Amino acid sequence: MNKYIRLAQGNGGQENNELIQKVFYKAFKNEILEKNEDAAIIHDGELAFSTDSFTVSPLFFAGADIGKLAVCGTCNDLAMMGAKPKYLTCSVVIEEGFAVSDLKSIVRSMKEELEINGAIVVGGDTKVVPKGSVDKIFINTTGIGEIIKKGISSNNITTEDLILVNRDIGCHGATIFVAREEIEMSSSLKSDCASLYPQVKALIDADIKITALRDATRGGVSAVLNEWAKQSDICIEVQELKLPISDEVRGICEILGFEPSELANEGTFVLAIKKEDATRAVEILKRFENSSKACIIAKVTHKNKQRVILNSLWGTSRFLDTPSGELLPRIC
Amino acid sequence: MEIELHNLYDDFRDSDTMKAFAKLISEDAKKLTSPINIMEVCGGHTHTIMKYGIPQLLPENIKFVHGPGCPVCIIPKERIDHAYILSMQKDVILVTLGDMIKVPGSKGSLQDARAKGADVRFVYSPLDCLKIASNNPEKKIIFFAIGFETTTPMTASLLKTVVNNNITNIFFHINHVTVPEVMKELVDNDNKVDAFLGPSHVSVISGSKIYEEFPRKHKRPVVVAGFEPVDVMQGISMIVKQFIEGRCELEVEYKRLVTYKGNIKAQKLVESYFNKADLFKWRGLGNIPKSGLKLKLEFSRYDAEVIYKDILPLEEIRDHKLCICGDILRGMASPRECTIFGKACKPTSPIGSCMVSSEGACSAYYKYANTIQ
Repeated sequence: MNKYIRLAQGNGGQENNELIQKVFYKAFKNEILEKNEDAAIIHDGELAFSTDSFTVSPLFFAGADIGKLAVCGTCNDLAMMGAKPKYLTCSVVIEEGFAVSDLKSIVRSMKEELEINGAIVVGGDTKVVPKGSVDKIFINTTGIGEIIKKGISSNNITTEDLILVNRDIGCHGATIFVAREEIEMSSSLKSDCASLYPQVKALIDADIKITALRDATRGGVSAVLNEWAKQSDICIEVQELKLPISDEVRGICEILGFEPSELANEGTFVLAIKKEDATRAVEILKRFENSSKACIIAKVTHKNKQRVILNSLWGTSRFLDTPSGELLPRIC
Repeated sequence: MEIELHNLYDDFRDSDTMKAFAKLISEDAKKLTSPINIMEVCGGHTHTIMKYGIPQLLPENIKFVHGPGCPVCIIPKERIDHAYILSMQKDVILVTLGDMIKVPGSKGSLQDARAKGADVRFVYSPLDCLKIASNNPEKKIIFFAIGFETTTPMTASLLKTVVNNNITNIFFHINHVTVPEVMKELVDNDNKVDAFLGPSHVSVISGSKIYEEFPRKHKRPVVVAGFEPVDVMQGISMIVKQFIEGRCELEVEYKRLVTYKGNIKAQKLVESYFNKADLFKWRGLGNIPKSGLKLKLEFSRYDAEVIYKDILPLEEIRDHKLCICGDILRGMASPRECTIFGKACKPTSPIGSCMVSSEGACSAYYKYANTIQ
């Protein structure tokens, strides 16, 4: 590893994983941590426990803001373990000079999103630092959820499962990228930022046989599929045409040279569902407004273990790799 | 009429068309008297070929040789060190394009410089430097300009705006290179290339005329092709047909934008600000005569290499001794023949030039096909 931290080491991809493995896992090593799930399962399997810090520029963007993001992020991690989000803490680090009206509107978004999840904030911390010490505001949320469906794990996926996604992919990443100062583009795109607990609950209530769930945040769907392939020692074969991608996201990716499957999402999750229940799961997801494009995207095989393969319509195949490096636009 | 973006590429990624070309090429290839090696000159083509699995659609007797046309890969360590040193100057914002910031020189990459406090930014269009300059009047903006014929007019256009508007805080470090000169170097060195797939974007600017001498003088057919998978398949089919019909010509597949003469306005713009440099060193290939551009003397007040000459070293730096990128770029070896490929040299820790950018041959092999055979 290099001597100084690079931006790429926060990408949710290869460099990020390496940093976590070589620094944090090495120091904190324990059985719960090594499960490498979206949330830790504690207290005899009754509780899920997760934390996430949020920094985004711009703070307010099409479809959401940092406040909504901060609640969705942690609650979604809990929901992905079959848990109902219950109690959250909220810590903020605010830069001197930050507008109180902006702070209020961020907190308002948080409140609305907490209601959707049926969760409450039960503690927090507020720090103000001199101008320049942070970029406007950083938020950390930590949450505890009550497991309502046991046994969901990314380590147990088999060839008996099919892989689904709940909606079209890459909207959040594309929205944030075009909002950057250096990229002069306008689009009608909106972040997909949303709480996923209601959808998970609907699947559990319908007794769908869920093997694994993971929200495809940084590193996108590619990162999730690669993590699953490694954790469950399987090959995941994706049919290229099946990946739902909106025209807007596709267009931005064409211009800038990105892969939609590597772009971040904040309300998109990947599901491993037992074959016999996959179609029913798609139907249930489709009842939700933001999941109208839910579909089956991949099958599980033993072809190239621990790898993800993308099959084209004309019979060729290639690997879909874990994203690496920073998201950089192509040159020409 | 309203055009949606997908209308522009849907037909060029159509599976029936792809299968039809695969069949046509396979049938034609049976009539070939000896195998042919096609060099796709441009990294964009390498990327398309690997991403869409095109070698899997071709018969045994048609092989790709991956050329040197990745603008990031070919920048030598000496010049990356220049960028690194310039970025570390207190009052400088160093601006460049895309994944140039990932490539290591002898001191590290621009990403490393940024981690140490340098202000390094990437833009999609060089003209975005204007906004950075006006937002940071106390800083010197140095544009580290890279790219082939396709991107040079954008740099020229930025310089034109800077000159006309008397902007005093934008400077240039020029690393623009041209395609025909390096192709000449490759055929002169008697490599394995039987035909060239020419990059369409370069010819949108320069016209197809720049490749005239290759079929005529060097006996290598050239087909200028687009970057979509159907474009590449059609380009290959056109090359195979030339061989079986005993022709050796310059042809254009990408007729939707490429003309013989190209974009005259863009060419004039480039000519007004740039001269040919006598030599330009390519990473992995060494010095190639007349293959680079430099600012004309009258614009030297904008030239970072002139302004900062006291702090920019000129000593030559050797490439890594185990790296065979030079041979790969000449078409003499494939990435898999390299002993450090995928081991010491990976996209996250590149050693050789072909691994540094997503358009490099080694990087494309690693990303898309390092174990699928």
